[in-house]
Amino acid sequence: MTDFLTLFTIFVLSIFLGIEVISKVPSILHTPLMSGTNAIHGIILVGAIAILASADTTTLRVIGFLAVVLATLNVIGGFVVTDRMLEMFKGRGQRGRRDQGAAASAVTPPAEPAQ
Amino acid sequence: MTAALHWSYLAAAVCFILALRGLSGPRTARPGNLIGAFGMALALALTLSATHLSNLVLLIVAMAVGVAIGVPVARMVRMTAMPQMVAAFNGVGGGAAALVALADYIRSSNGVALSTGNRLAVMLGVVIGCISFAGSVVAFAKLQELITGRPIVYPGQQVVNGVMGAAALALTVTAIIGPHVGLVAIVGLIALGLGVAVVMPIGGADVPVVISLLNSLTGLAVAASGFVLHNVVLIVAGTLVGASGTLLTRMMSQAMGRSLANIIFGAFGSVSAVAGADGAGGERTVRSGTADDIGTLLAYSNRVIVVPGYGLAVAQAQHTIRELADLLESRGVEVIYAIHPVAGRMPGHMNVLLAEADVPYEQLKEMDEANPLLPSTDVALVVGANDVVNPAARDSPGSPIYGMPIINVDEAGNIIFLKRSMRPGFAGIDNELLYNPKTTLLFGDAKDSLSKLVAAVKTA
Repeated sequence: MTDFLTLFTIFVLSIFLGIEVISKVPSILHTPLMSGTNAIHGIILVGAIAILASADTTTLRVIGFLAVVLATLNVIGGFVVTDRMLEMFKGRGQRGRRDQGAAASAVTPPAEPAQ
Repeated sequence: MTAALHWSYLAAAVCFILALRGLSGPRTARPGNLIGAFGMALALALTLSATHLSNLVLLIVAMAVGVAIGVPVARMVRMTAMPQMVAAFNGVGGGAAALVALADYIRSSNGVALSTGNRLAVMLGVVIGCISFAGSVVAFAKLQELITGRPIVYPGQQVVNGVMGAAALALTVTAIIGPHVGLVAIVGLIALGLGVAVVMPIGGADVPVVISLLNSLTGLAVAASGFVLHNVVLIVAGTLVGASGTLLTRMMSQAMGRSLANIIFGAFGSVSAVAGADGAGGERTVRSGTADDIGTLLAYSNRVIVVPGYGLAVAQAQHTIRELADLLESRGVEVIYAIHPVAGRMPGHMNVLLAEADVPYEQLKEMDEANPLLPSTDVALVVGANDVVNPAARDSPGSPIYGMPIINVDEAGNIIFLKRSMRPGFAGIDNELLYNPKTTLLFGDAKDSLSKLVAAVKTA
């Protein structure tokens, strides 16, 4: 029972922590936030590994195998997609100038051979 | 559990909190995400090293399959398709959580007895995980337009859903009182059905809110599994996601001016209203213009407000709109982008897309800043947006989108719509504004139309 109470205490404190941390996120970052939290619940992979590693029947092996595949997809997909989104917000000024140059030369291709 | 493993779980939990904290600003967001990924890698590495691995080959194959599918998909998906990608990756997480819970239950019937409390946690994991999985699959299909984005409703739907919910509840209680593996499988199947049934009647424009809700559900399913496995990091991470997802869902529904209950249950009984609106739309005439006319109008304006929508993103026209804006600015026209909170398909989605095209941040105005400027604006250029400028949201209480704050483009001197066709917007609602005498339409793919406008402005 004490064990359950400890876990439950952690659970309740995590609720408040989650609300506290998220209330500071600006609306322009809500899409990355959804994707980022999505990646975090991929931690279920830890549980999936535990299931597959201790599986001693075919049924459990099949379930464990599927769970590991799905959870791995969740982890990988979540973090990669979030990173790609956030990349767009990074180094705006620097990226802007370089891309502007690239865009200008793309728009006026005849100018290039002359240079 | 070894001490090292326990410490790694604590470290991972801290990393996840830092990752979420990083999202409070664009500059810290990306490093934050990397810290989160590091925490995940740490927890996984120590889990693998500390577990007695009896099915090592299977484990490696399973993870390899996940990586082999996940990496290319996540890297190749276009920015416009991000919302459905989030739905898909959320769904697999929910599925994994349900499977983990199911396996726990089966193990318990094979000798490792679970307490009643643990059986409750297992059942929560199965039910919530299955709802999240099935709901996410439907949400993905709606956003990917594999099925219609319109609400799918039929008579007696509430009764059917109510019966399913009651059956799931009754069987869950039975399975908690005493172990019956067969029952758990049946409850899982019913929960899958419930997930489909709950998301089906939700209109396309509301789907992102539902994805956010399903995201928080998956988090709770993960937390439930944490209780069964006595795993602290599962509880902390799952609960963080559950709490933040719930808050985010509330914030998103507020941005649309609706309550969450209205979004989820609003479609029931709306069959006739939607059909009626369609019938009225077919007979009236609209005015379409040529690119040259519109180009001239734009070139000799003082201020142009661009309202970008999902159609702009689909046509990959972010760069072309910027070219047009630059050209207009060089002629002394003030250009502003008015971004609706749910422009694109998720909050902040349009900001991501325009940032990709390097649109200067100062030109992006949020709806509340842009609306006061519209009465003194010569041209409102609506590119691939529809529902977010639909005056029905403001004026007709019967409309499904009534109450959603909109960008008041009808207050501008002229309204230009770049549209592919007369097809209504994602919410499936006819737009009164298209028949407004101030409105001119330019039909075609947004990118082609914008290119034509660029050419027209150059010669104007």
